[in-house]
Amino acid sequence: MRETEDEWTGLMRLAISGDSAAYHRLLKAVTPVLRAGARRGLARAGQPVDQSEDVVQDILLAVHLKRHTWDANAPFAPWLFAIARNKLIDALRRRGRRVFVNIDDFAETIPSEPAAETAPASEISAQLQSLPARQRDVVQSIAVDSASIKDTAAKFAMTEGAVRVALHRGLASLTAKLREQ
Amino acid sequence: METEQLIRTLAADNAHRSRPVGLVLTLALLSAAPVSVAIFFAGLGVRPDVMTAMHNPFFDMKFVVTLAMAISGVAVSLHLSRPEASLRGWGWLLLIPAGMLALEIGSEMMMPQRLPMMTRLIGSNSRTCMTAIPLMSLPLLVAALIGLRSGAPARPAVAGAIAGLLSAGLAATLYASHCTDDSPLFVATWYTIAAALVATIGALVGSRVLRF
Repeated sequence: MRETEDEWTGLMRLAISGDSAAYHRLLKAVTPVLRAGARRGLARAGQPVDQSEDVVQDILLAVHLKRHTWDANAPFAPWLFAIARNKLIDALRRRGRRVFVNIDDFAETIPSEPAAETAPASEISAQLQSLPARQRDVVQSIAVDSASIKDTAAKFAMTEGAVRVALHRGLASLTAKLREQ
Repeated sequence: METEQLIRTLAADNAHRSRPVGLVLTLALLSAAPVSVAIFFAGLGVRPDVMTAMHNPFFDMKFVVTLAMAISGVAVSLHLSRPEASLRGWGWLLLIPAGMLALEIGSEMMMPQRLPMMTRLIGSNSRTCMTAIPLMSLPLLVAALIGLRSGAPARPAVAGAIAGLLSAGLAATLYASHCTDDSPLFVATWYTIAAALVATIGALVGSRVLRF
């Protein structure tokens, strides 16, 4: 666990310094751990665990939009698990549960068999439709059609800078909409 | 959207850099400060005998105490803007202004006084104090909450309350130069009530707007 966490911290430092591949690798690496934690938390609250993927995606979005609050001199895992707990509590509250999330839901050891995605997440896709057209098109192009920023710019006759802005705004408003639900 | 797709999208947005919370908070407070200063000069103004008052250490201490509250409020709220942070190890910073007041009250007690204790405590400006401090705090509180919104506080209500304290500290610094009541008993009573009021507003609003 220790080693894994050190590796995460290293990847996050690279990510912050502009290495998008490291960032991609980090998000992929933490996802199974988040998924296992989300399931543990949902199960403990008596909620169907097949909602865990929405919680996972909610956590990933928050990690992304709040990563500037991570102190690059501190280990990454405690910060990550704090975000994850917060989002799990949010998700349970939204479902009308008054809950006490176990501090260790996320911090427990990495699952021996990485939990696979069960039921697909639906919340982000639903909210995506309510974004302003430009943001929705850009997010969809990059997320669903796997287009690069460059290709997306060409497709919509936008500059790459404008695509980047629309992408970030789209992600931020998705998060805001998820929170308002 | 599949999680794998989301991850790819987030990685594509890696180039975006958000401003540090401290910077956003500073800029927000700096842009709100003129509003509070304008309210101050429009409604209150500096007391006419300020040149004489400056020779009274209890007058000067009012600024030390209110600024101590503002500064410790900034430090604690910035700390709390990180999701893994708690008040533990930091909460004592907020006790510094209270400790200063306690020491002041002690030393005032040891000096001969012209006015009885209750008269000093009640003073003559309590109503102005309790109106002016919250009123001048409001623009600063809005700014502080906007600044902290860029952070990720685990306990939004607590962070909001501290935002209230820091804005009350700044507003009270302005107010202190108007008020002719310099007794630490007055400050400890009325300034505290005013600050508690602003902190309560901050907690209520913060619990909604500081969630991330």
